[in-house]
Amino acid sequence: MSSETKQILTTDGIPLEVSLKKAEKKNKIKAFLLVAPLLLFIIITYVFPIGDMLMRSVDDKMVTEMLPKTFKSMEKWDGQDLPPEEVFEAFYFDFQKLIEEEREGKLSTQLNYTKNGFKSIIKKLRRKSKSFEEGNYKEQIMSVHRRWADVEYWRAIKRRAPAYTYQKYLKGIDMYENEKGEIINVPEDRRVHRILWMRTLEIAFFVTVFCFLMAYPIAHLLATLPMKYSNLLMICVLLPFWTSLLVRTASWMILLQQQGIVNDFFVMIGLVSDDNRLEMMFNKTGSYVAMTQILLPFMVLPLYSVMKTISPSLMRAGKSLGGTPFVAFWKVYFPLTIPGIGAGCLLVFILAIGYYITPALVGGASGTLISNQIAFHMKSTLDWSFASAMGLMLLSGVLVIYWLYNKLVGIDNIKLG
Amino acid sequence: MALPKYTEPHYRIWHYVYLTICAAVFFFLVAPLFVIFPLSFNAEEFLVFSDGMKRLDPDAFSLRWYQDMIYGTKNPWGLAAKNSFIIAIFATIGSVILGTVAALGLSSRHMPYKGLIMAVLISPMIVPLIISGVAIFFFMAKVGLAATHTGIVLAHIILGTPFVVITVTATLSGFDHSVTRAAASLGSDPVNTFMKITLPLILPGVISGGLFAFVTSFDEVVVVLFLAGLENTTIPIQMWTGLREQLSPTILAVATCLIILSTLILVTAELLRRRSERLRGINR
Repeated sequence: MSSETKQILTTDGIPLEVSLKKAEKKNKIKAFLLVAPLLLFIIITYVFPIGDMLMRSVDDKMVTEMLPKTFKSMEKWDGQDLPPEEVFEAFYFDFQKLIEEEREGKLSTQLNYTKNGFKSIIKKLRRKSKSFEEGNYKEQIMSVHRRWADVEYWRAIKRRAPAYTYQKYLKGIDMYENEKGEIINVPEDRRVHRILWMRTLEIAFFVTVFCFLMAYPIAHLLATLPMKYSNLLMICVLLPFWTSLLVRTASWMILLQQQGIVNDFFVMIGLVSDDNRLEMMFNKTGSYVAMTQILLPFMVLPLYSVMKTISPSLMRAGKSLGGTPFVAFWKVYFPLTIPGIGAGCLLVFILAIGYYITPALVGGASGTLISNQIAFHMKSTLDWSFASAMGLMLLSGVLVIYWLYNKLVGIDNIKLG
Repeated sequence: MALPKYTEPHYRIWHYVYLTICAAVFFFLVAPLFVIFPLSFNAEEFLVFSDGMKRLDPDAFSLRWYQDMIYGTKNPWGLAAKNSFIIAIFATIGSVILGTVAALGLSSRHMPYKGLIMAVLISPMIVPLIISGVAIFFFMAKVGLAATHTGIVLAHIILGTPFVVITVTATLSGFDHSVTRAAASLGSDPVNTFMKITLPLILPGVISGGLFAFVTSFDEVVVVLFLAGLENTTIPIQMWTGLREQLSPTILAVATCLIILSTLILVTAELLRRRSERLRGINR
C-alpha cells in the first residue's frame, strides 16, 4: 500500500485496521474469560496436585529434617571407617529430640526403606538411650546392638542426607543405587515391579486386540444395517456403556466363579468334567474377559462413527471394477476405517493401562496391574512418595499416547454415545 | 441386509458366518447384565441358580434381598444412596455450569491456544483414575476437604466437566452464530441472549453432557475410595466393599436397581441425541 493511499476510517475517525484489531482483541478476551473459570479450577485442583505428586516423588526432606545435626557432622566423614565421635554425638541429640516429638517411629520406617534392619535397632536404641551417660556416645550407641557398630548402617543413614532423590523411580523399575553409587538391578527373585509393568502392557495390549477383533464386525453391521434395526442394536452397545462398572464386574464374578454359569455350560457340553471346573476368576483370564467386555463399547463407538461416513457405493465400485468382495473390502473399505481403528485402539489402550477396579476384583494375584500396586502403596504401606513416583511413570506413558491420539484423531473429535 | 440373489454360495456362507460372529459379540456384550436380574430374586443365599429356580418353582424366588437392601440394619445402603444422589446432583450442577460456559468460549473462533486449553480441560478423562485419585487426594487433604461431601463433589466436578465440554462443543459446532448476532442487534444483552436464544438451542447437548457427568459421579469409586470417610460412603463404595468381602445377593438387588437406573438414563440420552440431531439438521 503506498503511503499516499488514504486509510479507510471508521465513522469515529479511527483507522479501520486499528478498530478491527481492537475488536478482535476484545473478542479474544471475551472468549478467554468464558473458559477461565473452568481452566483455573482444573489447574488449581488438578494440574497443580499432579505437580505436587512430582515433588513428593523426589522429595526426601523428611530424614534430612529429622537428623539435621547428624548430616552436618557427617559432611566431613569420608564413609570409609566408622564415623567419628562427633557424628555419634550429633545423632544422639537429634534422636533425643525425635523421641520428645514422638517421631522416632517415622525415622525407623524411613531408614528401613534404605536398609532393612533399622526398625528393631532403633527401637532398642530408644529404650537404652534413656540411661545413657554424658560423653563417649560412640561407645554407648555401639554397645546397644552390633548393627550400630556396622559401618554399612551409617553409610545407609548418610545416603538419606540429600533433600531430593530419584530412588523411588529406580525402585519402580526394580533398580537401586548401591553403597558405591552404582545403579544396579535388584536380585532376580525380587523384581516384582518389572513383572507388573510388563503384565500391565501385555493385558492392555491384548485387551485392545480382542476389543478390536470383536468391535470391527459389529460396528460394520451397525453402520450398514437400516436405521430402525441399527438403532435397536445400538442400545446393546450403549446399555453396558452406561451401566455401572461395578455392576458389570459383579456380573462377571458371578459368571466366572467355579460354580458359575460359564463353568456349568462347559460341564454340560463336556468340555471339562464336573470335578475339574476351570478357574477363570482371580487370575489373568478374569482380567482379560471382564476388561474386554467392559471396554468394548469404547472401541465400537469410534469405529461406528467412522464407518457411518463411508459410502456403500465405494464397495460397489470396487466390486464392479472386478474385485472380489474380499479384495474390495481389503483395498477400499478397510483403509478408510483406519482413523476409527486408531481412535478406538488408542482410547481402549489408554483406559486399559490404568485400570484398577476390575483387576482388583477379578484379577487375583496374577491379574493385577500397576494401578493396583499404586493403590496398595497409597492405602497399605503409606509410602506415598513411591506411589506418586509409580503414578507419574504410568502417567508419562499415558501422556505419550494422549499426545499421539491428539495428533492422529484430534482431541475435539472424541465422540461420546 | 438381504443378500442379492446372484450371490455366490461361498460368499453366502461367509455372510452367515459374519452374522453369527456379530450375534455372538452382541451376546457377550449384553448377556452378563441379564444374569443379575434372576439371581437377585434368589430365595437362597448362594449366587448360583438353585434347582428350584431352574424348575421355575415360585418358592425359589423371593424379594428378601430387596427387603434386606431397604430395611437391612447392617447394610448402610440408605445412607450410601442418599450420599450418592446428593454428591452426583451437586457435581452435575457444577460440571454443567463450568463446562457449558467453557464450551461457549472454546467454540468461539477467537479463542487463543484452543488446542492446548482443550487438552488440559479434557485431561481428567484421559489420565488414569488412580492417578487422578492420588493427586486429588493430596490436594483435598492439604486444603482440609478430605472426607467431606464438598471435597468429593469438587473431585467429581473435575472428572465430570470433560464430558460436558465435549458434548456441548459438539452441539455448538453446528450452531448458527448469526442468531445470537440477530438477538444482539435487536437490543438483547449477552446474558439475555444466552438464556433466551443459545441455551434452548444447545439444551440437548447440555443435558446429555449433564447425564454423562451424573453417571460419572454416581458410578465413580476410585477417587472416592481415597477421599471418603465413613460418613461419606456411596453406593459404589458399598458395592466395592461388598464385592471384595463377600458377594451377597443384596448387592445383586442393588445392581438390578442400578441397571434400571442406567436404562432410564440411556433412553433419555438417546432421545436427546436424536432430537439434537434433528434440530441441527443432521440426517443420518
